[in-house]
Amino acid sequence: MQDEPTPVELTKSVADFLRNDITPLISGHQAFKLRVAINILDLVTRQLMQEEGSEAKEVERLRALLGMDGSVADLNRALADRIAKGEVDLATPGLAEHLWQTTMDKLAVDQPNYASYKRELSRGG
Amino acid sequence: MIEAELSRSVQRWCPGATGVTGAAKLSGGASQETWRFDITHPDGPIGAILRRSPKGYGAAPTRAAGLAAEAQLMQLAFEAGVPSPRVMHVLTPDEDLGTGFIMQRVEGETIARKILRDDEFAAARPLLARQIGGVLAGLHRLPQDKLPELRSRSATQEIAEFDRDYRSLNWPKPVFELALRWLRDHDPGPSAETTLVHGDFRNGNLIIGADGLRAVLDWELAHLGDPMEDLGWVCVNSWRFGEIDKPVGGFGSREELFAGYEAAGRKVDPARVKFWEVMGTLRWGIMCGGMMQRFREGPDHSMERAMIGRRASETEIDLLRLLAPRGG
Repeated sequence: MQDEPTPVELTKSVADFLRNDITPLISGHQAFKLRVAINILDLVTRQLMQEEGSEAKEVERLRALLGMDGSVADLNRALADRIAKGEVDLATPGLAEHLWQTTMDKLAVDQPNYASYKRELSRGG
Repeated sequence: MIEAELSRSVQRWCPGATGVTGAAKLSGGASQETWRFDITHPDGPIGAILRRSPKGYGAAPTRAAGLAAEAQLMQLAFEAGVPSPRVMHVLTPDEDLGTGFIMQRVEGETIARKILRDDEFAAARPLLARQIGGVLAGLHRLPQDKLPELRSRSATQEIAEFDRDYRSLNWPKPVFELALRWLRDHDPGPSAETTLVHGDFRNGNLIIGADGLRAVLDWELAHLGDPMEDLGWVCVNSWRFGEIDKPVGGFGSREELFAGYEAAGRKVDPARVKFWEVMGTLRWGIMCGGMMQRFREGPDHSMERAMIGRRASETEIDLLRLLAPRGG
């Protein structure tokens, strides 16, 4: 077990430093790049906090859908192949729900302010 | 300095011009640059824009029509009354400026978020969806015998190309697979009519003023194909910049777009428009994947590119909203 602070706490401290102390000091293209940098750190923080839980559930859904076991990457590859071959489609029980849940979990990390995501979230996730 | 070459150039083809001032680079990748400058003239300064490939970057990427074709298309559009900057000069090799052209600068805004939010454009916004319909109708009617040589693309060819692009990324995405299946199942086949297609007609590539649409820019993806492609692309959610209930660039409804198009005497096929909207959403998603790949393997190791890779999920949720909408 590694010591603390946790990666989330460390990443957040850097993002907060850049946001609060450095942002007021710079302008122009460098300020734009700084905003991108802060956005990256915020994304990493969200992923560190959410990935473990959402990925475990994704694997569980994929196992049930595919009737096989494997890593999350292997299972996604297998699902992609079966959709490409037409063996699985939107009429397959559970597929639409799985794709929706997986995509919502991605947006929660990638772009929680994306308007389509916020709209779907207001429908109850 | 580029001003010296530009000064020599304008004195050759712009009667009365004595030089240029204020040259500033607006944007530029490795192969293509855009500059703004003012031509010094006894009647007052003339605003101008240079689009060029610097020397040594003459070859166009495979999908692009090339700067010479772009100049020709913009001039044709201008002459036909399609809002477009007037092309003033096509560069010649002895000018030492690379390949490209110089056009009149049209004042206005191109930044989509400003157009959608600033008060200055409040009166124009409700008119734009319909106006865009009329402009696209004019563009699709440009005389084919005067067009430069352009690649020709059917829906079937485009599906095959995106399939190849997606597979080359080695980036298995079940939602993209679902979209590719849907596109194959809904391939509308060859269109009854083949016209000029702008190829990148969207909010962000249009100059907007308080009075509405002033100019259509970025003609480099122009090709021959199904005119409904442009109507679908302008509706892709990525170009609504948050105004998701206004499909046409965040400005207005499909009904207004279609009405503007039909009022100008051309027919809309809504099923084809939907097909191209799905295709366009997937197209931007695959482009995000390309950015990720270039970030990882290519020379452009920028943070911006890395973050665009993480925007592919935006197109996944938009594809699901199109193909597997949830009730209510």
